Amino acid sequence: MKQRVFEEQRSTRWEEFAGLVEKLDGSTGRRLAKADREALASFPERYRELCRDLAVAQERHYSLPLLDRLNRLALDGHRILYTRDSNLVLRSVRFFAWDFPRAVRRDGLAVSIATGLFLVPALVVAAMITWSPELVYSVIPGGRVQEFEEMYDPAARVLGENRDAGTDLAMFGFYIMNNIGIAFRAYASGLVFGLGSAVVLINNGFLLGGVAAHLVSIGFTVTFASFVIGHGAFELTAIVLSGAAGLRLGWSLIAPGARTRWASLRHAASETVTIVYGVFAMLVVAALLEAFWSSKGAVLPEIKFAVGGTFWALVFAYFAFVGRGGSASARAGGGDGR
Amino acid sequence: MPARERPLAELVVTSPRVAPVDATLRLETPEGIDVELRPAGPVARGLAIMIDEAIAWVVSIAIAIALSVFGEAGVGVYFVVYFLIEWFYPVLFEVLRHGQTPGKAALGLRVVSDDATPIGWSDSLVRNLLRVVDFLPLGYLAGVVSVVTTRHFQRLGDLAAGSLVVHADRVDRFAAEARAAIRTDRAEADRRLGAAPLPLPLAVAERRSLVGFAERQADLSDERILELTDLLEPLSGATGEEGRRRVVRMANGIAGVDG
Repeated sequence: MKQRVFEEQRSTRWEEFAGLVEKLDGSTGRRLAKADREALASFPERYRELCRDLAVAQERHYSLPLLDRLNRLALDGHRILYTRDSNLVLRSVRFFAWDFPRAVRRDGLAVSIATGLFLVPALVVAAMITWSPELVYSVIPGGRVQEFEEMYDPAARVLGENRDAGTDLAMFGFYIMNNIGIAFRAYASGLVFGLGSAVVLINNGFLLGGVAAHLVSIGFTVTFASFVIGHGAFELTAIVLSGAAGLRLGWSLIAPGARTRWASLRHAASETVTIVYGVFAMLVVAALLEAFWSSKGAVLPEIKFAVGGTFWALVFAYFAFVGRGGSASARAGGGDGR
Repeated sequence: MPARERPLAELVVTSPRVAPVDATLRLETPEGIDVELRPAGPVARGLAIMIDEAIAWVVSIAIAIALSVFGEAGVGVYFVVYFLIEWFYPVLFEVLRHGQTPGKAALGLRVVSDDATPIGWSDSLVRNLLRVVDFLPLGYLAGVVSVVTTRHFQRLGDLAAGSLVVHADRVDRFAAEARAAIRTDRAEADRRLGAAPLPLPLAVAERRSLVGFAERQADLSDERILELTDLLEPLSGATGEEGRRRVVRMANGIAGVDG
């Protein structure tokens, strides 16, 4: 069949398809008018017809402008047909009840290593400072040490003054920007063979161990501990988890197993992004607690310890027990990645 | 007709089914057809990034000014907004706007998954989080190296997320309409020229080139058209406008236009 005849036979069909693509492109499936919804029902069949036309045109070596046009239509149709439309609420519930804790357990080795990279430097520095308090200035710059002392000075709370709501909101925003940024960087820098994540974890370990030991040595123990325990369950765990995810990324490049290095990285990235979502959620909670709860001078330290302790227990229980059981096929499936 | 010095076949690239030497990516879809994507190179991508960063910068300054009236609460809101812009500005556009941030739309680029489906939330998040690494050590150097050395112009974030930045082939509507008008006028005139048989057998690729040329005349200037048909003088036996008409008649014959 000659090209012109072929085009004349089918051009109305192609124009209708192009019109349909334009209509569907500008809207999600739910907001279409009734007439359009009927047209939508015919979309898969029309797309298959277009694919047949394109294949025929390719085989018959018709001219490139024609193939270009059909190729473009096919790409648009492919894009629209394979857009995933899913229920956000259901996916969120499934994420927290199933995907996230299982992902953390699956990467248990990375989590353990990340915990070690965080805790060991913290304990080492804490021991050093307890033994010789002036060492704190070798680990943390003097200006920051002073900041911490001012933050946790019990004398500042003796009058029970609260910050006003504006300051709380400012601190909330700061914690969001700062902490989640650190967590994202801890994850992303794992690409450099895990080194970036390790560095972030070790640094934060030094900082925490140093600050904690120093404040204890000058007697600010209660204010510091009651402040940290409130949100620490979420924040510290989240930092460790994002570091673990980064380590996993780096490891996928070092030991790709049976895949090529890039395929291994792709696989690790799509699995670890589940952890990143969870870390994000945990840090939002941590920021809320840190800004609106932990610093409240009016709340007794005993209550803060009780609440904070409960949070820790809940977090551990969540990762240890939620999402266990289930069928083998569910275990084989990944998170809500690609 | 003067004797040809070189066989015409040597002047034309053979079978288009041979793997293309440029950066075109050919994918087989579940429907069994081959579609072509054109990954975008470092220059286009770099310009798109610069436009996006400029926009993000301007927007965050505008919001900072707007929020400054609210005192400390405004500062808090600003921090959150800054955070969202810093990490999620590209993600929102890539997922909700068919893979096009404003910078990419300006350059006619689009982010897609490497199987030509639209990019999902997780992949978009991964590729944008890993911008941190692509930026190392300075000015996206790692990303540029990766784009230039991988087969399909992918930076490290793209490799991890399985995404591509392609030319979107979104034809500028106004120009397309203008060209369509020229095309129909000329197509009418050319159709009336009728068909003519080919003076000698041509390979498939050559016939395809002739038909393609006839169809693309609306995209070329008149001088260029004549320049090209003059090159075909060994085939048509004439130059200038008469040569063009003969070439078009041969193309009509191949394509089945009756006149």
